[in-house]
Amino acid sequence: MANPSTSKEVAATQPVTAMSVIAPAIGWLIPGAGHLIQKRWVRGLLLMGSIVIMFLIGLAMQGRVYRPNGGDILDILGFVGDVGAGGLYIVTRAMDLGQGAVAHATADYGTKYIIVAGLLNFISAADAYHIAIGKKP
Amino acid sequence: MNLQLSHFSSAVLFGLFASVVFGITQRSTSREQIRYGLYCFAMFVGGVFVAGWAMWLLRR
Repeated sequence: MANPSTSKEVAATQPVTAMSVIAPAIGWLIPGAGHLIQKRWVRGLLLMGSIVIMFLIGLAMQGRVYRPNGGDILDILGFVGDVGAGGLYIVTRAMDLGQGAVAHATADYGTKYIIVAGLLNFISAADAYHIAIGKKP
Repeated sequence: MNLQLSHFSSAVLFGLFASVVFGITQRSTSREQIRYGLYCFAMFVGGVFVAGWAMWLLRR
């Protein structure tokens, strides 16, 4: 049986560095940038390419970008996914894109592409944090 | 711009991008990352075929 104090001790021994705060933050704002500023060039570029292209394909498929005050619980969950894309979401909202087109059968795929791109960026930002604290090479 | 992809190409592209991110973030070494990314992609594409055949059987 695991010692319940072990995880707290491990967390206490890991120092909070500037990089451990900046890397996930910038990784959220610009997908892949959290890896790039830690000189993980290939990983960063692959993450950036995958997430940005996925988000843009979603927009090109007339996917819908959720607003923060959707009201419906599913809209709120959609917003949480979308906001994971960070800067992409902010720019999209600023340009008033992502209105969604009900007429297109593939528009629903586009909506899912946009949500998943945001969720994948959350994972990417968490990975950048793990690299920053030395948990991952 | 209005991109119209088929169901299959949408699912394969989805699997490709998700597999890249899963491979990089869920494993540590480069070799493990490539192997896990390929495994995820195979599971995504395999899942598409399984779901496709399941829907074909349900429709009969």
